[in-house]
Amino acid sequence: MSRQLSQRIAFTLITLVAGLVILPIMAIIVYIAIEGLGAISWSFLTEMPRDGMKAGGLLPAIVGTLALTIGTAIVAVPIGMGGAIYLSEYAKDNASTRAIRIAIINLAGIPSVVYGLFGLGLFVIFLNFGTSIVAGSLTLGIMTLPVIISTAEEALRAVPQSFRLVSTSLGGTRWQTIRRVVLPQALPGIITGIILGIERAAGETAPILFTAAAFFLPQLPNSVFDQTMALPYHLFVISTQVPGMPLQIQYGTALVLLTFVLSLNIIATLIRRHYRQKRVW
Amino acid sequence: MAHSDQPLSPTPQLSAAPGSGKRGTLAETLISRAIQVTGISTVVLVLLIFVFLIREGLPAFVQVPLADLLSARWYPIEDYFGLLPLIAGSLIITVGAAVIALPLGVATAIFIAEIVPDWVRDILKPMVEILAGIPSVVIGFVGMLVIVPLFRVAFDTPTGLTAFTGIVLLAWMALPTVVSVVEDVLDTVPRTYRDAGLALGMTRWQTIAKIVVPAGKSGILTALMLGVGRAIGETMTVMMVTGNAPRIPSGPLDIFRPARTMTATIAAEMGEVAQGSTHYHVLFAVGLTLFVITFAINLAAAAVVFRRTKRAERMLS
Repeated sequence: MSRQLSQRIAFTLITLVAGLVILPIMAIIVYIAIEGLGAISWSFLTEMPRDGMKAGGLLPAIVGTLALTIGTAIVAVPIGMGGAIYLSEYAKDNASTRAIRIAIINLAGIPSVVYGLFGLGLFVIFLNFGTSIVAGSLTLGIMTLPVIISTAEEALRAVPQSFRLVSTSLGGTRWQTIRRVVLPQALPGIITGIILGIERAAGETAPILFTAAAFFLPQLPNSVFDQTMALPYHLFVISTQVPGMPLQIQYGTALVLLTFVLSLNIIATLIRRHYRQKRVW
Repeated sequence: MAHSDQPLSPTPQLSAAPGSGKRGTLAETLISRAIQVTGISTVVLVLLIFVFLIREGLPAFVQVPLADLLSARWYPIEDYFGLLPLIAGSLIITVGAAVIALPLGVATAIFIAEIVPDWVRDILKPMVEILAGIPSVVIGFVGMLVIVPLFRVAFDTPTGLTAFTGIVLLAWMALPTVVSVVEDVLDTVPRTYRDAGLALGMTRWQTIAKIVVPAGKSGILTALMLGVGRAIGETMTVMMVTGNAPRIPSGPLDIFRPARTMTATIAAEMGEVAQGSTHYHVLFAVGLTLFVITFAINLAAAAVVFRRTKRAERMLS
């Protein structure tokens, strides 16, 4: 049967291609884990870098990435949730809603380095925040908005309309309905979206290049108006800008960054899975 | 369970939403206003980004004659601001990545959506999503240490830092976008289409190739555009593996030589320029160009999606 044969050939090819795409994902993670594990120690995580970053630890980069991540959340979560609630619960199907949707699609598509330029122009120079945690967090926060808005909106829309009707029939106002009925039901989905958005921001380098990141700082930042080191930028610096950098420190830095980012990813996936199984409707 | 990723149908419009007739307390009004403001703030942000790129980028077109901007030499230290090599670099790498990513992405999506059983699909989907979460600087780092030496030997180039190295890594990085969009589309092709094909005695492969994939054509187009949008904006990976030599390619084999993209140029040079200098403004002009290109691509992709939903609604009604 030549038709059966062609099916067999096609499926084999497709399986090979899929393997070619999917296996390297695992390979890259395992590779960094194996090569980097030797560098990981308590002092690697808790000490300042020494000898032109060729020895010592990652503390300022870790602290900087945590600070930027928290800053990103502070900027992106309220605006993102507000935007999602607006689109799902308030917006009518009219021109201004379409404008908002187009704006979100385009925010999602703007290259990260262009966000960096924007942050430099608006926050660093025009608003005079300087190269700082504030400027970096604002830039990353705006970049994260479309992810949070679209996932949160999807979660809100998945709440059945009948839930809202029941609340209204009991005399609930629109905000009471959202606050007491819709939001609690949609919360797991919203949290998943927030974590996924922030995960992306935590691993970004280009947006903080000119808005927050410092090549090397001998001490931790004192305030949110200070520059900071950050893990992704630090990895870029030690792998391309510092000659004679010990490979093990490079792999170790990559492993710390990857672990941080992927654990956020896994937490988000678990939350989503857990609540999807518990969902009552 | 596995299929509940997407809401089944567009949620009914909420224009006559519950509670809309009730005018609540002052607090209620304030909250509603605040939510409205955040919704509109997204539009304000896009405008703000555009305004600031123009504000800092426009002086470039005043300070540098257009003929110079369109020349073939980028050498800012001596005031050569020819953008063509950068545009050519971005173009080659983006088109190359798209050409590789589209067939690979479609095949992977077919594999996940049509061939494997549901439980395998439940493992593979999150795995592809993990790839989207790996920071681009990490992929660039591994690319430098693993792929670059490999290509140096394989293509017998002095460094292994070539446009092709960037193309391969970018294609791989664009895959999660392509796979998830195509997979969603294949998922929405009605079951009855497949049953009809099988009932006519077609094999599963014939059904996929002749019915399911053609039915999802517009979705594949969307995936292509979003993948291109992703690839053209990628910065760190390209900067780390393409060698960053600003040159206009003279033949197809030049993809095995170094290239430099618009994004890498901004990232590499913005940190070192004097604020307000011509070089500074030119880099913003490059950013403005990127903004306009991605804006157009995403608008086009959105138009395809909107048209598809309309058609789907017509067909279902």
